[in-house]
Amino acid sequence: MYKLFLPLVCLLFPLAMQAQTVVAGKVTDARKKPLAGVNISLVGSYDGATSAKDGSFSFTTSEKGERLITATLAGFASIEVKADLSSSAPLLLVLKETVNELKMVTISAGSFEASDEKKNTVLKPLDIVTTAGANADIVSALKTLPGAQQVGEKEGLFVRGGTGYETQTFIDGMLVRNPFTSGMPDFAARGRFSPFLFKGTTFSSGGYSAQYGQGLSSALVLESIDLPERSSYTMGIGSVGPSVGIDKLSKDKKKGYGFEMDYTNLWPYFKIMKQKQEPVVAPEYLNASGNYRIKTSKNGMLKIFVMGTAGRFGFKGESLEYPGSKEEFRLNNQFVYTNVSWKESLGNGWKIQLGTSYSTNRDRITMDTLGKQPEPTRIKTRQDLSQFRAVLSKNLGKFSVLRLGSEYQYGTEASKFNHFEADFVDSYTASFAEADVYITPRFVGRLGSRYEYSSLLRSPNIAPRASLAYKLNAKSQVALAYGEFYQKPEPQYLRFDRNLGYMRATHYIASYQHISQFRVFRTEVFYKQYRDLIKTVPSYSNNGKGYAKGAELFWRDKKLIKNADYWISYSWLDTKRDHLNFPYEVQPDFAAEHTATLVYKHFIPDWMLNLGATYTFATGRPYYNPNRPQSEFMTDRTRNLNTLGINVNYLTTVGKAFTVFVFTMSNVIGNEQQYGWRYSSDKMRRSMVGPMAPRFFFLGMFMSFGIDRRQEMIDRQ
Amino acid sequence: MKSILAYLLLFAVATANAQDRYQAAMKQQVGLLDSASTFNPASLNALSNTFERIANAEQTQWLPYYYAAYCLVNEAFMTQDKTKVDPISDKAALLAEKAVALKGADSELSCLLSLIAVSRIAVDPMTRGARFGTESAELLEKAKAQNPENPRVYLLQGQNLMFTPEAFGGSKSKGKELLNVALQKFTAFKPDSDIAPRWGEAYTKELLKMNP
Repeated sequence: MYKLFLPLVCLLFPLAMQAQTVVAGKVTDARKKPLAGVNISLVGSYDGATSAKDGSFSFTTSEKGERLITATLAGFASIEVKADLSSSAPLLLVLKETVNELKMVTISAGSFEASDEKKNTVLKPLDIVTTAGANADIVSALKTLPGAQQVGEKEGLFVRGGTGYETQTFIDGMLVRNPFTSGMPDFAARGRFSPFLFKGTTFSSGGYSAQYGQGLSSALVLESIDLPERSSYTMGIGSVGPSVGIDKLSKDKKKGYGFEMDYTNLWPYFKIMKQKQEPVVAPEYLNASGNYRIKTSKNGMLKIFVMGTAGRFGFKGESLEYPGSKEEFRLNNQFVYTNVSWKESLGNGWKIQLGTSYSTNRDRITMDTLGKQPEPTRIKTRQDLSQFRAVLSKNLGKFSVLRLGSEYQYGTEASKFNHFEADFVDSYTASFAEADVYITPRFVGRLGSRYEYSSLLRSPNIAPRASLAYKLNAKSQVALAYGEFYQKPEPQYLRFDRNLGYMRATHYIASYQHISQFRVFRTEVFYKQYRDLIKTVPSYSNNGKGYAKGAELFWRDKKLIKNADYWISYSWLDTKRDHLNFPYEVQPDFAAEHTATLVYKHFIPDWMLNLGATYTFATGRPYYNPNRPQSEFMTDRTRNLNTLGINVNYLTTVGKAFTVFVFTMSNVIGNEQQYGWRYSSDKMRRSMVGPMAPRFFFLGMFMSFGIDRRQEMIDRQ
Repeated sequence: MKSILAYLLLFAVATANAQDRYQAAMKQQVGLLDSASTFNPASLNALSNTFERIANAEQTQWLPYYYAAYCLVNEAFMTQDKTKVDPISDKAALLAEKAVALKGADSELSCLLSLIAVSRIAVDPMTRGARFGTESAELLEKAKAQNPENPRVYLLQGQNLMFTPEAFGGSKSKGKELLNVALQKFTAFKPDSDIAPRWGEAYTKELLKMNP
């Protein structure tokens, strides 16, 4: 009976039998900083405690002897220690921080990234759409960032002393030929691709990865969206035309398709708002695109995107050559773009990405000085580009990654100038190898090299790239970048001379950035050396050269003013080059010495109103005045540029649709914007290069009908 | 023979004792959730840790994981520095998944997961609103299908509607209607045990009082 009684007593009255022991101690991180909120637990029991602000903890237990104690805290590696409970010595526990995305250093020199998925980015995709004065055009929005010039007479991004041609656009890794709408000489055209198509946008103002090539200055890397969050229909009507769209997500959320169509006609707008030139063919564009996306496995995704555009316009303006006469310019354009990409995880840390893309662009241009020339000038051009790309990547260790890739591009250029034809074909192959090597989580080096061969230039090149970044503390890091960049000369020169070689640029960049929850500060200095630029005078050659150097600042603050977000960019640029018909190295006409932008966004929650303003300043740019002697080549400067663009968005519901009313206006103050001057061949007359009208405004309404369960749920109430 | 009987008895007592100990500890900790003084980030974190210790010691009980996650999601809502929210919500999600693994599909757990989704919106409402708002609504629909009598489904649906701007599909009046439905369900609701989830009635009344 005793035998039975004793254990029973032990079980039923454990407290009576066992004395309480106090376990106390302190938890710190590796640098002896106390850690609060750590869960200290005696394994197998409920006993334990949470550490206080000073890292101290204490609890009582009835357990005895040597036991396991665990300490866990989010963001730190859990530890398990053996402790003798009978010892009264305080327990000293040290937790090591685990590395996550936020704590890791990232390659940052030269690049501005907008992404929802990644943290620590300077911009969000939404910022591109909501920047005043940009009218939801990707390139216009990126012009508010340091490094980009305010060039209004040509399309493209003019980056750090480079021309628009020196910036290449990539969608899902593949080069895009003709990323801009075909426009008129001296008037910048919009980009063809809507910012809503992309989940990630990276604007590199230099020193970019060996994955991309053929851009001397800059790369605009766009990453298409995956599956939509939910199905929806959209409808829009604006002062320039209507748009419709469907985005459907399957019930199992594994595939989705979308279709979008918009029609733009500027005729009614131009009837009301007088333009510098008179439209003779209503500017109209029809745009249609479709996409299909399917998850092929847990990590696999196939994306198909097809887009077609047809557009035409015609303008009549004063002739510079023949005073009193009119000059006409008419253009017809068709553009088709397709992009198919597939990515999959092969296991063992290997990933594959395959892509193919085809695009064709046709322009028919008629230029006529009415009543002067016997026959109008007719130009027909066609550019086709087919390409394949394969990239293999392998995770090395915990954070490092190796990328190997190859691409092939087959491009044809056909042009007919009245009866004179000049066609050419280029087969371009490139391979690259690149490794992001994390020496420690705070210190990363990216080393890469790219090999390219163009059948047209009949020559290869090897372009090494290197980037280093070091994280100083949780919020700030420094980075360095170097790279060699090669680019084929522009088609208009290759058409006439097949003996030209690659143009070349070397970049050196140093940057510092500090990113906290509400603020971003970034500064960069750079030096870029140009070699083998194209000269057209005295004859076609690669004898051009130049340099660009400068300093840039970026500051973004979401805290200072409640419900407001603003950023300031400043760029100082010192660049000179000798190319084309330049007699010697001078500051080119597309480069301004000082550029600054202020972007301000204000949200009024009570009225669901978004107000935005973008102010842009740039010092005057050089222009060519033929009346000056050669020693004063390009010494004239245009007036400083000052513009203010605004936008107002009002969010509401109309019936069951989420609706947004949009009003935007460019150059509200109506300042004259001088982009440059053109002279007649007898040097007697000149005309200013500037926008078609001092201001442009847009009024529109966009409705979105969600067709997911959330919507049904709301409707049913 | 006697001794076998004795050990069988001993085993039964031991099990009952452990069960009592679990019930008692849980009851005491769950009781803390009724006190307003618990609702500050530090206390919620400490309470979550306690639940997690019970969960780890028991290993087969889903409720301690449920409460550990519930405390954390409340901590996430009360955390001022929104950069700190994601790690807290991540941990809450992890604990909730453990509860799901033990319990299986459950209306209360769907409600909890929906709350975790909502907690992530505050980090960046403009870009996250659509994604996590949709996720939260879907989870609540699931919770409703799993148990249409669960008052917390209507409380959370009503709360979501109240705090979503009208332009994004919110509605104060529809939210209030749902809160009233929740109140009715609360009066009819009988928790499975004295440690089963039963929170929300007082909060529903408070929400209704704030938005007359």
